[in-house]
Amino acid sequence: MSSLTEKDRPVVQLLLNTGTCPRCILRFCCVGSQMLYRHPHEDLMKDLQELLKNSQEREDRVCLDVADPPCKRIRLEHREEGADDLNHNGAIPQLPSAGDGNAAMESSAGNVCNVCLGILQEFCEADFVKKVCQKVNSADYQFTSFVFSVSLPPQLSVRERAAWLGVKQQMRNLGLPLPKDDIVQLKEAYKWIIHPQLSEELGVPADGKSLFEVSVVFAHPETDEECHFLATACPDCFKPAKNKQSVFTRMAVIKALEKIKEEDFLKHFPCPPSSPKNLCDALEIQCNNGAVFVAGRYNKYSRNLPQTPWIIDGERKLESSVEELISEHLMAEFKADSFNFSSSGREDVDVRTLGNGRPFAIELVNPRRTRFSAEEMRRLQQAINDSSDKIQVRDLQLVTREAIGRMKEGEEEKTKTYSALIWTDKAIQREDIAFLDDIKELKLDQKTPLRVLHRRPLAVRCRLIHTMKSEYIDEHHFRLHLKTQAGTYIKEFVHGDFGRTKPNIGSLLNRTADILELDVESVDVDWPPTLAD
Amino acid sequence: RYFTRWYKPDVKGRPCEDFCVLQHSNRRICVITLAEAHPLLQSGKTIKNINYQISANCSRLQNKVSGKSKRTCLFIFQMQGAQFLTELAPLCRISSSDGEEYTIYSCIRGRLIEVNENILSNPALLQEKPSTEGYIAVVLPKFEESKSITQGLLTQKEYEEVLLKRRGSAS
Repeated sequence: MSSLTEKDRPVVQLLLNTGTCPRCILRFCCVGSQMLYRHPHEDLMKDLQELLKNSQEREDRVCLDVADPPCKRIRLEHREEGADDLNHNGAIPQLPSAGDGNAAMESSAGNVCNVCLGILQEFCEADFVKKVCQKVNSADYQFTSFVFSVSLPPQLSVRERAAWLGVKQQMRNLGLPLPKDDIVQLKEAYKWIIHPQLSEELGVPADGKSLFEVSVVFAHPETDEECHFLATACPDCFKPAKNKQSVFTRMAVIKALEKIKEEDFLKHFPCPPSSPKNLCDALEIQCNNGAVFVAGRYNKYSRNLPQTPWIIDGERKLESSVEELISEHLMAEFKADSFNFSSSGREDVDVRTLGNGRPFAIELVNPRRTRFSAEEMRRLQQAINDSSDKIQVRDLQLVTREAIGRMKEGEEEKTKTYSALIWTDKAIQREDIAFLDDIKELKLDQKTPLRVLHRRPLAVRCRLIHTMKSEYIDEHHFRLHLKTQAGTYIKEFVHGDFGRTKPNIGSLLNRTADILELDVESVDVDWPPTLAD
Repeated sequence: RYFTRWYKPDVKGRPCEDFCVLQHSNRRICVITLAEAHPLLQSGKTIKNINYQISANCSRLQNKVSGKSKRTCLFIFQMQGAQFLTELAPLCRISSSDGEEYTIYSCIRGRLIEVNENILSNPALLQEKPSTEGYIAVVLPKFEESKSITQGLLTQKEYEEVLLKRRGSAS
């Protein structure tokens, strides 16, 4: 049904008399024509009055067509509590006509709707649209579409239920069939009205899938307590509040409304709902852009740089970190609120990362800028590389959220190769270490290293050393290149960690061994895609 | 390397039964070991038996700490399952072939993480490498106590003075 008909008159009459705004009336009559809702408030008012007036003149059928200007204005009297003076034989009540023809058409002008509390009234007007757009424009975001999300105070659902029950009551009293109860949702109607206006002001379309979100929170403190009766009626719907927030969330209220019986509802809540004194407040107008993901690979050339900031007891122990050196520039360019850094595994402070580097991905939260050309990314990469000799990045590119999954995959499944500088207590000759080159797929049992036991659970992990290649240096030193399974603790393989990693270089060589230097030579992940420079 | 050595000499008044606690630079993990002066490490002693069964109800071997997760929340549950030790909680009893019996004590307060099962299968390890592969147990003190646990212990320097005094009075 796209417009009002004769059947709707009793509903329209009741709702108009009890303080409901024209657009909510359209909703209750299941009017699905979006166009209709966008008409100015005054026009809708006139049309409704026209509909009711025509019922007095006993015309058969009136279709609302807003192209027809109304020819008469009727003053409507507000009545108390609806049904009192109805003809109980089922006749449609006669409206008293105002002889003076006063243009008090806006009988609800200045009256806040008792159902939508002004949302479908003031908050559809150009002034509010301007206010929202001002906020958006001043926030300086880059966007090509928007999604407008609205948070409504929960008591709206309660009031809507009350108004609806009033309508049902009225229809029963008149002996008329009950109207359909799939009324148009308030949020939906609101968006029908406001989206085109926002779209026009902002110059971009509304799109449900847009990453750029404009959100408004509405509140109506005057009626906040109207939900409270539900807590006594349906106590199990309301869980204890976390973080000082109200326990009367929209979800909880809706759930309770589904459970509560009609009779109980009517015992506790006035039907129809009262007219509020004030409009809703638009508490916050906020903008948020969906996160953007940047991936690349980093080399680490310093033996004194942690991957994440090293802070103990509020004191920074080492200057800077890999993630800060990379993210600093990205944060500035993308103008994001914050970042989340992840990588395909990590290396210790004193370990270098050579070769192609280690894959990383950075999530930039709520960026103001989201689009960068390949050229701009290259320049960004260069800027990062020029700013520090401790790290270098390559293959810097924008990626999707799946990037994070690829990081994990790389960390847990892919092999790595290392180069370790090893010291032994007893002297070694070339022959003593040659055999290491022939060992393939060496199985290790590694208990959680002591150095991480304070923050990791005790466990035994089986890991494989796929291949090794030794380079003799002198009687107490040699270099070992190894290719290992993901998750292998190399240092512990060398010094044995109190015998908790078996076998280890010490046990293999029958000496005490220690590791002096470690480098990551490669992280064997083929992601992110290599960029031709 | 990354460990600071702390000492507790003459535990429970028994002469020369000294222990060395290796505290990791992460300030939490502690490895309990025998100090060099301990009778068990003197030449001529052979270990007959190492027993982690402290009493009828308590075996250090049954310390439930094992788990298979990288997640920190599981780690906390594990810690709750682990036995909590006070300084004089016995870790194990060792008897030597000459009939002597020695009790090894925790020396610090904390949760027992693991006992070294390698010395059960190879007791000689305890004597050959008491400060590394022959360790007794790993204990994790409470976070709030990680600095204070060493208050009852001696630094390397202080311990060396104790050793000097012993030699002085012996001769």
